[in-house]
Amino acid sequence: MPVNVAPAGIEYVRFLPEIILIVTGTLLMVLDVMLRDRAPQAYGHISIVALLGAMAASVIANSSPGPAFSNLMVVDGFATFFRVLVTGVGVLTVLSSYRFLQREGAEAGEFHALLLFSVAGQCVMVSANELIMIFIGLEISSISSYVLAGYLRDDKRANEAALKYFLLGSFATAFFLYGIAVVYGMTGYTSLTAIRAALSAGPSTPPPVFIGVAAALMFVGLGFKVSGAPFQIWAPDVYQGAPTPVTGFMATGAKAAAFAIFLRIFMTAFEPISGEWWPLVWASALMSMTIGNFAALTQSNIKRLLAYSSIAHAGYVLVALAARSQVGTAAAMFYLAAYALMNLGAFAVVAHLSGKGERFLSVDDFAGLAERQPLTAALLSIFLLSLIGVPLTGGFFGKFYIFKAALDSHLVWLTVLGLLNSAVAAYYYLRILVVMYFREPAEAAPQLEPLSAGLRAALVIPAVGTLLLGIFPAWVLDFAGKSSVFVR
Amino acid sequence: MNLLDIVLAIPLIGFMVLLLAPRASHAAIRGLALGFSLAAFVASLGLAFQFQTNAPGEQFVTDLVWIVSPNIHYHVALDGLSLWLVILSTLLTPICVLVSWQSIQKRIKEFFAFLLLLEFGLTGVFAAQDLFLFYVFWEVSLVPMYFLIGIWGHERRIYAALKFFLYTFAASVLMLTAIIYIYNHAGTFNYSEILAMISSGRLSFGRNEMLLFLAFFVAFAVKVPLFPLHTWLPDAHVEAPTAGSIMLASVMLKMGTYGLVRFCLPMFPGAARACAPWIAVLAIIGIIYGALVAMVQPNMKKLVAYSSVSHLGFVVLGIFSFTQIGMDGAVYQMLNHGISTGALFLLVGYLYDRRHSLAIADYGGVAAAAPWLSTIFLVTTLASIGLPTLNNYVGEFLVLQGAALANFRWAVFASIGVILSACYMLWLYQRVFYGETHDQVRDHVFDLKPREWAAVAPLIVMMVWMGMYSQSFLPVVGKTTARILDQTQVNVQFQVHGAPGVSTEVARAR
Repeated sequence: MPVNVAPAGIEYVRFLPEIILIVTGTLLMVLDVMLRDRAPQAYGHISIVALLGAMAASVIANSSPGPAFSNLMVVDGFATFFRVLVTGVGVLTVLSSYRFLQREGAEAGEFHALLLFSVAGQCVMVSANELIMIFIGLEISSISSYVLAGYLRDDKRANEAALKYFLLGSFATAFFLYGIAVVYGMTGYTSLTAIRAALSAGPSTPPPVFIGVAAALMFVGLGFKVSGAPFQIWAPDVYQGAPTPVTGFMATGAKAAAFAIFLRIFMTAFEPISGEWWPLVWASALMSMTIGNFAALTQSNIKRLLAYSSIAHAGYVLVALAARSQVGTAAAMFYLAAYALMNLGAFAVVAHLSGKGERFLSVDDFAGLAERQPLTAALLSIFLLSLIGVPLTGGFFGKFYIFKAALDSHLVWLTVLGLLNSAVAAYYYLRILVVMYFREPAEAAPQLEPLSAGLRAALVIPAVGTLLLGIFPAWVLDFAGKSSVFVR
Repeated sequence: MNLLDIVLAIPLIGFMVLLLAPRASHAAIRGLALGFSLAAFVASLGLAFQFQTNAPGEQFVTDLVWIVSPNIHYHVALDGLSLWLVILSTLLTPICVLVSWQSIQKRIKEFFAFLLLLEFGLTGVFAAQDLFLFYVFWEVSLVPMYFLIGIWGHERRIYAALKFFLYTFAASVLMLTAIIYIYNHAGTFNYSEILAMISSGRLSFGRNEMLLFLAFFVAFAVKVPLFPLHTWLPDAHVEAPTAGSIMLASVMLKMGTYGLVRFCLPMFPGAARACAPWIAVLAIIGIIYGALVAMVQPNMKKLVAYSSVSHLGFVVLGIFSFTQIGMDGAVYQMLNHGISTGALFLLVGYLYDRRHSLAIADYGGVAAAAPWLSTIFLVTTLASIGLPTLNNYVGEFLVLQGAALANFRWAVFASIGVILSACYMLWLYQRVFYGETHDQVRDHVFDLKPREWAAVAPLIVMMVWMGMYSQSFLPVVGKTTARILDQTQVNVQFQVHGAPGVSTEVARAR
């Protein structure tokens, strides 16, 4: 392989979003000394500027698509879509964390620096075109989020969450790395396009058993990252223990980025052997949906409930992967965008209501919310209806496109079972609506603080986005459709 | 932008205006809700006047691209079937506003907003000509009804609301699967294009026709509700506030029967004909079972709810008789049931407003305390049991005639339901309105107030009009049902059982 020693200027432009994020993150750690007591809100402001800058840089980079750094990275529509998505998730996370950190007395530069590093890692993941690069991105992102999960270090549950997440996450990463090693050993390449070429090269293809083993190992690692069954065990505990804005971030941004590499690896490098791996994905999709939805039925803690719901939603996206078509990829992209919006909104509401020390996390604590704070209740209803999949919300079109793609690929049973699953899911989302609207507030209900400006933005932006995706889905879907062709 | 779009837009605009209205100004909110719902009604009357009875095909067509890929259109239009159902929805909404004027006292703004959103969803369901759009409206109408039952209902409202939502939602996801499947084969969601493709043989579902038919059928049968899928209905009706019961009984149940006529029959004629005997049996069981259960109810609302199961059985029987007469009767019966059962729920609601009880045992001698209320109730009761010159008679007669043509035994069993309906309705009337006047009744049950008159009078007028001069309505309906029956002649792959053969001749004879 020819090695281009001196990268051209345009390659730096293609890498600009990551540069912005890493530099700002480092800067924040330095500024920490100066800002800590004087202007604690400044961390958030700086992070938002950096994230918006990175988002703009991703869009600019997309105007000159192409590879960078000897084909280690590639800027294409797919990468841009996910870069914009994860930076957007970052912005909303920062917005919902202003008040949260203030309330917990935990405003510090590390939080925002780690968040920026994690987003940077996700940007690397989604634009990497080579296994080692993907691995580096995955590690940057994961290690930052292990720390973020335990950020409230005096909280027992947060510690438990961080430790669990770290241990199991490391195992998963090890599986993934082992898969890379096997692939490299069999084909001699780590570049996705080169592996694909090697696998489809007719008589000289490597032994299928070993390639299958490699794909299975990577599937384990990625299945863990997206919290797909049967690798979902960690999710409820970690989601419950982590600080709520971080949970929202892990459930949307980290998951979207993990799905991005999932799609890219399996739809490019392993696409030639898709006949072998799709039954695995099929089974995993069905298990995730079923386990997630049925376990969520009995939850009384809102964060655990949303954790199980997030497992179920991973199942829906896996359905799109099981369709293994370009339409399926586009559907997965659309769904991840819609899911990020509605889930971040829901977690922002939880962050708002949970109170100092996250005491009010039971579903019953939402009783009478419609009377106590009509706006918050109305916005949460939009998110919940979207999670159910009621028309005119983004969640509905997401499900519709996914199951349409599945039917295109003749996955009739998976479609029927998946849609029935979504009817089961309606029950536990409706339970929250019931409590909010049909119950009177408890007498001992705590006085709710008014929505702060940051939280208001963190609620209204996703709500508007959810409705826009539900009424004019074509805006996003067209771009996803065009970007679902991978560089091969 | 034609008149139909305006009829659809008015409730939606009203919904948004009400959301923005200040919470405290109750009078303004009620006034706005009444204004918007009346405006929609007046506009829909325009539809009836402009409707060309003799023109073929759909009228008031608007076809705009909503989403390019997949090819989804905002495509709405009216034919003889949907015209009257749209007007039924727009007629009942202002009546519901009037009924709820005083009886709804908490969260008034949300109540009327949801009522208008419901009207938007219902009119949309009847007007949609695009399968996807139909599904969207179908689901959208579910959400406001869920809240209407859950927030403003009676004691067991939460259970009833959940049951209502989950039943309908679970059944309709199967329909969504079928809709996507059809799109993947036909390449369009356009209803008339799909029908044209089926009748020209360009589109054929082969062995899957039966599964697709069932997917649609179950979604509609839950909504109708057809025995044994009816168990959500008594709960929902009893627990809903009066306006919710009226909209549910009068319009939402018609979504199910409308769907049967509009989609199940013409799109899957072979499967529909093959299943017709089974479905007819279920319908007859529903007719008799509903009537028997209604007879023993101690609760007035529950009694009316079970009578709906019985009446809707007639509609389904008429549809699956596959005769022109039976189908016309079924469609007419949908409208009749909307008017007369709507009026029954409304009057029961009036009684509840006064005495705060739904138990029949708590009443007695109302006729002495409130003569006008009793008279109106009597007219409605007689209409409901099918007294000649009132509306239900026409529909039931046509349905029974159609059923007799298809299979004489069906008509025999179904007519038992007519007799039973007289029993339970008259017995109800006797226990509530005659006999000794309780003190509680004398003190609390006063006669109709002007606002209440305004709400009920249009329904009484319609009962008489539809009973005396059905020619105002039926010719338009007949054109459409004839077209649908023609469509069911094509592409019959399943074995046709004896009876429907007769219907072919009947259809041609007209």
